[in-house]
Amino acid sequence: MANREKPDDLDRRRRDLETALAARRPAGSEGDKAAGTGSMGGYGNALKLSSEFIAGILVGAGLGWFIDRVAGTSPWGLIIFLLLGFGAGVLNVLRSAGKVAEFGARTPDKGRSDREAK
Amino acid sequence: MATDPIHQFQISKLIPIEIGGLDFSFTNSSAFMLATVLGAGAFLFLTTSSRGLVPGRLQSISEMAYEFIASMLRDAAGSQGMRFFPLVFSLFMFVLVANLFGMVPYFFTVTSHIIVTFALAILVIGTVLVYGFWKHGLKFLNLFVPEGVPAALVPLVVLIEVVSFLSRPVSLSVRLFANMLAGHITLKVFAGFVTSLSAFGAVGVAGAVLPLAMTVALTGLEFLVAFLQAYVFAVLTCMYLNDALHPSH
Repeated sequence: MANREKPDDLDRRRRDLETALAARRPAGSEGDKAAGTGSMGGYGNALKLSSEFIAGILVGAGLGWFIDRVAGTSPWGLIIFLLLGFGAGVLNVLRSAGKVAEFGARTPDKGRSDREAK
Repeated sequence: MATDPIHQFQISKLIPIEIGGLDFSFTNSSAFMLATVLGAGAFLFLTTSSRGLVPGRLQSISEMAYEFIASMLRDAAGSQGMRFFPLVFSLFMFVLVANLFGMVPYFFTVTSHIIVTFALAILVIGTVLVYGFWKHGLKFLNLFVPEGVPAALVPLVVLIEVVSFLSRPVSLSVRLFANMLAGHITLKVFAGFVTSLSAFGAVGVAGAVLPLAMTVALTGLEFLVAFLQAYVFAVLTCMYLNDALHPSH
């Protein structure tokens, strides 16, 4: 009988622990966020946003240059893709600042049901 | 002692190897990559080998790292994302340990070279592309067509989205590399002030306290950056993998 009781007891204790952990988890993640936006926040954000913007332009220009080289349409590919790159850079910045929906615009309930399915 | 702040990033050949005219030399960068992999692997293996039900200090560090990445991946990409756990965890540990190794004086910082971080980013994007096309076929391309866009604008929007998608590995790698490079140069410059100021006699030594204090503060900041950048790299990897798993809304 003692053997029977022990797993139950352990189970109950584990469930208690899990609820206690779940109650603490959001607080922990908020603490992380606060640390990120503290002294480092401005510097980190500046680097993040500028790298997003520059990456868009660089990739646009590179793509245009490559298309020009392959198709011999110089300089139109470079001009057009540089402009597209600017667009993509702005889009990247807005996206990483949370002002524009992410790729594919997921509906929030889909993600939630996935998480609950685990 | 070299006071040139860029000197620390120089690559030197330890064992020159040349195969078919290409340079495959074993450099100091390769040595530290190897050390990073061995260090991270040995740490994880040794700390978890005892498998105590009640973890010790070191074992709980390993378990925290696991829990941290696992919950991050589950939040970002759902439970299906867990199949990518080995990839994300290896990337996180590699970047983190490489960053932390870089903080040891006289050590080489692997992640301060853009080609290394770019290779890591290409690995992530390559995984996203291969898995996305393998799993969803051409439906993966829906990723580039946002909902509710007027038909006339679709070609333009798709082009911009494609460029935006292709810029992801670039921004992912530039961010990590720029943070590490800038941090280490700043640290070196301020540390250089200490030595050059103290050459001016007693007044200089008294003045050198200021850059020394700055160096100490920056060292703390650099440790934070080392963790933060590894975390950011892992978070973005999770977000990109989520696109591969759920391209169409």
